[in-house]
Amino acid sequence: MKQRVKHFLLQHGPVLLSFVVFLLVYFAGSRMYPAMQKPQVFFNLFINDASLLLVSIGMTMVILTGEGGIDLSVGGVIALVSTASAALLRAGVNPYVVIPLMIVLGIAFGAMMGWIIQYLKVQPFIATLMGLYLARGVAYIISLTSVSIADPVYKQIALTPIYLPGMENVYIYPTSLVGPVMLLVTIYLSFFTRFGRTIYAMGSNEQSAILMGLPVARTKILVYAFSGFCSALGGIVFSMSLLAGYGQFASGMELDSIAAVVIGGTALTGGVGNVIGTLFGVLIHGTIVSILQFNGTLSSWWTRIGVGLLTLVAIGIQSIYTLRQKRS
Amino acid sequence: MVEANKEIVTMKGIYKSFLSVQALEDVDFTLNLGEIHALVGENGAGKSTLIKVLTGVEQPDAGVVMINQQKMTIRSPQHAQEIGISTVYQETNLCPDLSVAENILIGREPMKWGLVIDRKAMNDNARQILQELGVDLDVTQTLGECSVAIQQMAAIARALEISSVKVLVLDEPTSSLDMSEVDQLFQVIRKLRESGVGIIFITHFLDQVFEVSDRITVLRNGRLVGTYETTSLARLELIQKMIGRSLAAYDNMTQTKLESSQHIESEALLEAKEVGLAGSVEPFDLDLHAGEVVGLAGLLGSGRTEIARLLFGIDKPDKGVITMDGEVIKNYSPLDSIMRGIALCPEDRKAQGIVGELTVRENIILAMQADLGWFKYLGMKKQYEIAEEYIKLLNIVTPSADQPVKNLSGGNQQKVILARWLATNPRLLILDEPTRGIDVGAKAEIQKLVLLLAEEGKSCVFISSELDEVMRTSHRIVVLRDKEKTAEFSGDVDEPTIMHAIGGSE
Repeated sequence: MKQRVKHFLLQHGPVLLSFVVFLLVYFAGSRMYPAMQKPQVFFNLFINDASLLLVSIGMTMVILTGEGGIDLSVGGVIALVSTASAALLRAGVNPYVVIPLMIVLGIAFGAMMGWIIQYLKVQPFIATLMGLYLARGVAYIISLTSVSIADPVYKQIALTPIYLPGMENVYIYPTSLVGPVMLLVTIYLSFFTRFGRTIYAMGSNEQSAILMGLPVARTKILVYAFSGFCSALGGIVFSMSLLAGYGQFASGMELDSIAAVVIGGTALTGGVGNVIGTLFGVLIHGTIVSILQFNGTLSSWWTRIGVGLLTLVAIGIQSIYTLRQKRS
Repeated sequence: MVEANKEIVTMKGIYKSFLSVQALEDVDFTLNLGEIHALVGENGAGKSTLIKVLTGVEQPDAGVVMINQQKMTIRSPQHAQEIGISTVYQETNLCPDLSVAENILIGREPMKWGLVIDRKAMNDNARQILQELGVDLDVTQTLGECSVAIQQMAAIARALEISSVKVLVLDEPTSSLDMSEVDQLFQVIRKLRESGVGIIFITHFLDQVFEVSDRITVLRNGRLVGTYETTSLARLELIQKMIGRSLAAYDNMTQTKLESSQHIESEALLEAKEVGLAGSVEPFDLDLHAGEVVGLAGLLGSGRTEIARLLFGIDKPDKGVITMDGEVIKNYSPLDSIMRGIALCPEDRKAQGIVGELTVRENIILAMQADLGWFKYLGMKKQYEIAEEYIKLLNIVTPSADQPVKNLSGGNQQKVILARWLATNPRLLILDEPTRGIDVGAKAEIQKLVLLLAEEGKSCVFISSELDEVMRTSHRIVVLRDKEKTAEFSGDVDEPTIMHAIGGSE
């Protein structure tokens, strides 16, 4: 039994740690600003960081594949999807056509980058950086200014609060549910399907995975397509909550998302970590933002400083873990 | 048994080259169902390449691969598995971050409702497969936490699990297993042979070849030497076929040794008196003379490497004194040792010695450059001169001095390291396991080289776990046991005497 507990801790230490850090940060915040003790403030995290959670889920899977796997295009895809859908809606296209179209766009965009990475042997960093510029560029070509959305369906989804049962006056929006649902789907994918396990095997040792006869090439393309899918969802959610589309949206979100993944205990070298940790990484990010909002006088750049420090600590802990494993 | 003796694999006229190296040249190979076929040859003979062609990792430049008498292009390892060829590669190719059970079954996990991996069934299944191999352990633990032997067993278990396996390839499966584990493995292999599986077995251990195989195919320098019935081939014959020349070189060694022993200086070059380090090695006396090879024999962990570390100044002794040229050594550090003319070839060449990406020339120049200091530049012409000189002297097989070292075979990599230290012109050369992992022919060459160096007036310390090579190479043998020097032999001693000293039995 003791052995099992030790195993569990060794294996899931970084993820558990992100949970503990989240509790600590939130606790500290609610001591400083008692208003944070209201349940609504907690649920606001899901409202405010809905898109960040979505892209971070995709990012986690990409980073898990190892070999420098990363997706820098997520913010660009959000900008592109929001602008394109706003433009299409303004042109009178049915929203039930626009939404699936945007999802297909995201998947195709991700798959294209995956194909370039796998078959043209371009570094993921470079291929997805290109993707970022391309997506943002196209968004600006569609419109140089922000395009507002007046579509009734979008408006209804964006502005209808869902009151949580059993709690008084605590609500979320339909868009904030997409992230948690995707989280569940991804947990299923990563632990209970061959697709997910192949990702972990690749991240652990890609050469081995190839020799074990696993479909590495296909999986790599699928992972980037999956991240594109998550980003497209993020873009739709983003455009719904702001009721607009703009090429400047979500600038720098790729870095926030990478930070959330790392703080959540996923190793940048791949193979270790999971999306549950990423959820806490995103929540930590959101909590720091909330604390600053409650303070009201501090520069919003303190968010970046806080996230930066936590990322550093998380990477430090990962290094210690890897070192210890190597030694034993 | 039904299909026994039917040809399952036929490879004809296989050619394969990497960059400038011809790895395989017109090689034929056949495997029958229900046989164990050993594939032997020195390092760099082309065994692994042949296997990679068969298992779809590499595509041949020319030649035909037939499975079940049908011409086939094996596209990928995945494809190979689909047609029933299963492989355990030389270096365990598994994923350290996944569980043992997953490593065995990933890609073929049992599914629940066709949607979800059935983890319980997977773990049970894996446990059962391992139990058949005689291994009982918690299959949910991460593979990286297991010993190398267990990892090897998991790799074999994975290969066996493929239900339709017709051909099983084992590339050096026993190198990390102990005797009883090897026996277990052989039982399993024999059982598989009974059930009609064709097994290709690659190993450096000739005892094992003769113990389990039915037929032997010998490769040398990428060419086929021949295929033989195991029962019709004598051991010496096999070695000759592998190295392509008679063992006369071996027998000459005794003669060389005798002759070179006349050149031993009577004055000690280095003298250690009551030198010891708590927790590392008990106090010992040792004197090393120019022109002499001193062998350190003993089991792994008996203190051989620890002595080397003290002599080279990596560790500082807390007892006793070391004198060199009659002067007491005060500064212990590798750099000071290099200045004094001591060189150490470390045990683990991959981790501590070779820089694979650099060329042969660059690797040879490395230590010399350090000796010169980083800012003194050694002319390019001079560098090539030195590199060419050692390539010739040590008989390093490489297309040119500009070849990256990683493209060389193990034995040649070892020679490059040796050249690196020789280039600094040391007076005392410490060689820790210089022949590990290299083949018979290259071993003999390195042993001869050591004697040659001694004859030129260098003092050599030769460390090895293989007693016969210590005996063949050394003028004097120091035996260690449990971190303590227990005996010293010079002149003629027989193997049992030394064995007793190593083992500590009377």
